[in-house]
Amino acid sequence: MANVVVVTSGKGGVGKTTTTAALGTALAQTGQTVAVVDFDVGLRNLDLVLGAERRVVYDLINVVQGAAKLQQALIRDKRIETLWLLPASQTRDKDALTDEGVARVIDELRQRFDWVLCDSPAGIERGAQLAMRHADAAVIVTNPEVSSVRDSDRIIGLLDAKTERAERGERIAKHILVTRFDPARAARGEMLGIADILEILSLPLLGIIPESQEVLRASNLGTPVVLSDPASAPARAYTEAARRLEGEDVEIVIPAEKRGLFTKLFGRRAA
Amino acid sequence: MMWSWFKRRNSAPVARERLQILLAHERSTLGRSNLVSVLQDEILAVISRHVFIDPDAVQVKMDRGAKISTLEIEIEIPNMVGPPLAMTY
Repeated sequence: MANVVVVTSGKGGVGKTTTTAALGTALAQTGQTVAVVDFDVGLRNLDLVLGAERRVVYDLINVVQGAAKLQQALIRDKRIETLWLLPASQTRDKDALTDEGVARVIDELRQRFDWVLCDSPAGIERGAQLAMRHADAAVIVTNPEVSSVRDSDRIIGLLDAKTERAERGERIAKHILVTRFDPARAARGEMLGIADILEILSLPLLGIIPESQEVLRASNLGTPVVLSDPASAPARAYTEAARRLEGEDVEIVIPAEKRGLFTKLFGRRAA
Repeated sequence: MMWSWFKRRNSAPVARERLQILLAHERSTLGRSNLVSVLQDEILAVISRHVFIDPDAVQVKMDRGAKISTLEIEIEIPNMVGPPLAMTY
């Protein structure tokens, strides 16, 4: 029976799709079977980030409506054989997703995979609520920036009210994943620090993904960052975050400011 | 000039403080809208014990004013054949 995890944020553009692809790949690399499901109907992108955009035949809506079988719509990754993608529809709109249909598809995925990762659309409307509906755990992707933190707070409220688990009075495990973190700017007091974000949202930290050029390079290539450059800082951070998601106790090191020769000689500036 | 440069550097504490104030407010307002749905469910449950009503027939509204807030509850009960409602108790 799978763990169903929703990757959500409220705000758009913070890295939900990148995160779903990277965590899904990292989990699948350990030999566990993983399905990544794109819930962003009309604006699908998980296929593109995974480099599978030309292999999409059927999608989530076809399966929800019974026009295709789940195994017809699932796309197996060419690099990691335990990783599968269920793409979103690009032509239909989210109203084509029925509550019962989504429940049935998630249930079927749950039987067949070790992990089901649901990539939520931005916003707090129906699409986002359907993506989180059946989740056992949530990864809340947050940028160290006021609007992102505020929207995360809003999404946390929804996770506690609108999920199946919440309605049954059960707990949904919630984790914060900070992305696009710039240690140097945080150290200079120009960016919210990790401690600030965790104190404001009062949730445990799954990981810190540093701002990195490698993330854009990876999506340009259609290769999740954990595969495109496994030694890079974001790849290592995602791999460790995946291990924490599995329940492993991996120490989190807050990335320190890289100090150049100039700052070493002259010390840190006023702040 | 040095001082203004120094102040410009430290925007993170300002962000943190603004968020703390804003979210404290938003959480309490959203908490209240949750209260409305809880009230709706519980009122419905109590009435259903005695009278058959449509789940959508209970409307709960809360208006927040500066000093007092009002809670408006509207319940539609279908007309029943037999003794008036008051007499059944």
